[in-house]
Amino acid sequence: MIQKVELKNNQREIHFFRQRLFMGLIFAGLLMLLLLARVFYLQVLRHDHFDTLAESNRIYVVPIIPNRGVITDRNGVVLARNYAGYTLEVTPDNIRDLDHTITEIGKLVEIKPKDLRRFKKLLAERRSLQTLPIRTRLTDEEVARFAAQRYRFPGVELKARLFREYPNIEMTSHLLGYIGRINQQELDELDKNELLANYMGSEYIGKTGIEQHYEKELHGVTGFEQIEVDAGGRAVRMVSRTPPQSGRNLMLTIDAGLQEVAVQAFGDYRGALIAIDPASGEVLAFVSKPGYDPNLFIDGIDTESWDALNNSPDVPLNNRALRGQYPMGSTIKPFMALAGLHFDTRSPDFSISDPGYYTLQGSSHQYRDWKVGGHGRVDMFKSVVVSCDTYYYGLATELGIDRMHDYLDQFGFGRRTGIDLEGEVQGLLPSTAWKMKRHKQIWYPGDTVSAGIGQGYQLATPLQMAHVTATLANGGVAYRPHLVKEVQHNAPSVPQPLFDLKIPAQHADLIRRAMVAVTHPGGTAAGSFYSAAYPVAGKTGTAQVIAIKQGEKYDENKISEYNRDHAWFIAFAPADKPRIALAVLAENGGHGSSTAAPIARKVLDYYLLGKRPQPLKRARMSDEAEGD
Amino acid sequence: MNLRQLKQRFLLHLDPVLLSGLAGLLLVSLLTLYSASGGSGARVLAQLGNIAVGFAALWIIANMPLHWLMRLALPMYVLGMALLVGVALFGEISHGARRWLDVGVANIQPSELMKIAVPLMMAWYFERHEATLTWRNHLIAALLLVMPVALILRQPDLGTSILIMASGFFVLFLAGLPWRIIVSLIVTAAASAPFLWHALHDYQRQRILMLFDPSQDALGKGYHTIQGMIAVGSGGLMGKGYLAGTQTHLDFLPERTTDFIFAVWSEEFGFIGSLLLLALYVFVIGRGFFITANASTYFTRLMAGSITLTFFIYTFVNIGMVTGILPVVGVPLPLVSYGGTSLLTLMLGFGVLMSIHTHQRLVKT
Repeated sequence: MIQKVELKNNQREIHFFRQRLFMGLIFAGLLMLLLLARVFYLQVLRHDHFDTLAESNRIYVVPIIPNRGVITDRNGVVLARNYAGYTLEVTPDNIRDLDHTITEIGKLVEIKPKDLRRFKKLLAERRSLQTLPIRTRLTDEEVARFAAQRYRFPGVELKARLFREYPNIEMTSHLLGYIGRINQQELDELDKNELLANYMGSEYIGKTGIEQHYEKELHGVTGFEQIEVDAGGRAVRMVSRTPPQSGRNLMLTIDAGLQEVAVQAFGDYRGALIAIDPASGEVLAFVSKPGYDPNLFIDGIDTESWDALNNSPDVPLNNRALRGQYPMGSTIKPFMALAGLHFDTRSPDFSISDPGYYTLQGSSHQYRDWKVGGHGRVDMFKSVVVSCDTYYYGLATELGIDRMHDYLDQFGFGRRTGIDLEGEVQGLLPSTAWKMKRHKQIWYPGDTVSAGIGQGYQLATPLQMAHVTATLANGGVAYRPHLVKEVQHNAPSVPQPLFDLKIPAQHADLIRRAMVAVTHPGGTAAGSFYSAAYPVAGKTGTAQVIAIKQGEKYDENKISEYNRDHAWFIAFAPADKPRIALAVLAENGGHGSSTAAPIARKVLDYYLLGKRPQPLKRARMSDEAEGD
Repeated sequence: MNLRQLKQRFLLHLDPVLLSGLAGLLLVSLLTLYSASGGSGARVLAQLGNIAVGFAALWIIANMPLHWLMRLALPMYVLGMALLVGVALFGEISHGARRWLDVGVANIQPSELMKIAVPLMMAWYFERHEATLTWRNHLIAALLLVMPVALILRQPDLGTSILIMASGFFVLFLAGLPWRIIVSLIVTAAASAPFLWHALHDYQRQRILMLFDPSQDALGKGYHTIQGMIAVGSGGLMGKGYLAGTQTHLDFLPERTTDFIFAVWSEEFGFIGSLLLLALYVFVIGRGFFITANASTYFTRLMAGSITLTFFIYTFVNIGMVTGILPVVGVPLPLVSYGGTSLLTLMLGFGVLMSIHTHQRLVKT
């Protein structure tokens, strides 16, 4: 009986236990399925995602910065180069006490107040995690000293890299421009143009000049090393390497010797000179005075140097050749004469009797010639040679401003030349329509009169004047002025004419002869070209800075230096077979004949004769027409 | 006695089915350890030694009659408790936790002993009171469980206390802990959670949140989980190939010979490999269930069921942790992770299973 009960109990016990065990089995089975589902999710469904994560875990992409292209002149003289050196860079975000660290660094490596100021400026503008140079161009001794103590300075790195250098400093500053550290705006621009990847690791970008315009060519293509790293960030092996493509070297059209001569020829004058090969548009010299030291800008200029440059009354940062706009003065006359011939308003033989002034019909206002008492009988030839104002007052009035505008416009006045630099301005070539639009005023006959001698609303850049002079030298065939002769790896391009004005040969010949006479006894620039070994066609010009009241006389000594007239000279030579055309502007230089023309002489002597400048023998004053 | 007989005698108390499952897992362990230790044989040799010791223990336990084992229950438990108290008072501190006790000859970790001792003690207790089981017995059994768990939790060793808690709970559950108590325990825990949460310090809450969201602490503990998931996920269907796991070989995967060894295996052998490994575990657990279901006495049923389910929990917590569905609690992958102590405990457990199976068979025949 007892046995029976126990047995029954035991069976019920086992039954009950197996129920419980079964529940445990279900529990375990379900959770196993959960694991299986999870593993399936990770390994099959999300595999791509985790594979990417694993790859980015292990693969570290190191950009290899390409060497920036070297810039040379047309003869291979180096104008911008790279040299290897060391810089000390700081990552402020990784340093707890920046001031203390800098003080400590200063005990090993000299940090000048200038370096510190520059660093402070960079610090204020920095992006997060950016590294900033505290010192550049370390000496070998400084490198050794810091390297030995490196462990004391987490967040401070000694970097070997290539530095950009402009050995000619001020001589080529406005031409080459400079590179500088990439700023946020440039980053955004790169991003927009989808160039950001190519600038991974690049710290510099062309900011102005050739460096800016040819940034794409000069920068090169960034290479990449894919390095496998372990969790500690140590490189294990290189997975792949895409070598960088160095930036392309540029050969400029510039003749460094000519450039140097031109810069020296200016002496202390401010101004600009552009020399162009008329047969191709190649710019042989590109000078804007004063220049500045572009090397200061590469790693960020310090505030003091910046203020000095920025606040100087000489405005050294202004690229006068490209962006300076000046009234062209009498240099407009040869072009006016051509307009007169073109519209048949003047024949070569037509002459006026110049009393020394011009009056409009029904007005008593006298437009004065530069020469009191006038030049007597003046035909077209003589009008250029002596730069007779009265002749052009009358011509302009008869042509009318709109015909003047249309003719000069074809030459390229009032238009950008399209040179391969950024920021060119277009000058100004007025017309009745322009005045109405700009000033909401009708055009007055008096406006036309002063426009006839380039003293009205007209403005031109020195580059523009050189360009139109080259076109004139070519008999109307124009080439786009350009600064780069050859981009490495590119086939050299043969310059194609922009347009041909088809100036009738006898017109062109007349003007050329007259301009040659300018540089001979009786001409306004005779003194400067005394005994020149080649025929020079030239024209002087003077651009007024301040207006002289009716009845007053301009007295150079009475007005401040910065209000004196600007001196112009345009020329091409040899006149019969021009190899060079140029425009010189000497700011506040007074007369074109006395300051601008001598500069041109030195430049032409060097270019055509290979002559280094020497003091010029002055011609006797009596032989020379003193005017502009 | 000839050789054949000797062999038979030797093999008498081993269960070939269970043994083949264990062999499969141990093979996986050796293969993976070789890869995880960067192709150095040292770890593999050491683990081979651990396996030898573990197997010897298994063999001894399997050949031990069950009443011997029952006789051991109380002394083992008492010794274990004494050692745990000893650890709490004079234990060695290592990695911020007080787990080891220096007994002169060697450092021992009493919590490992308790993995066997606690369920053994509870099963023995239930067996003694089998005829007159009341809720009082359940309460006492629960106390037998909670005391060591509390001491281990204090060390602190979350992983081990979870495993012991689970093994003890399974004994209670299989012994017939009434459902209303189970349900009311769950309800009480759920209801008190918000109040407990409220009572916690900020930093404590932060720690708990981090357990559930590893990305909050991507460089600390979360780093383990994230790198584990990356390793597993990047393995894909077929894996990256043996010895070719990048997460493993480039040091991204932490604890790769121990807690995160599953990630090494599945990175290199892919989903197919994971499936195979899970199948091996299912096989071993399944055999455990079979042995449990056929166990003849109350004690052996409880003991076998607890060992089997605990082995399962062991597996689930580890893989769940590596694949990011459970917080990181420091539980090794049973039989595969490197480590002699945990292997020894597991082999002892399987020895008990085999003993239960084979001695019962002998009784029947």
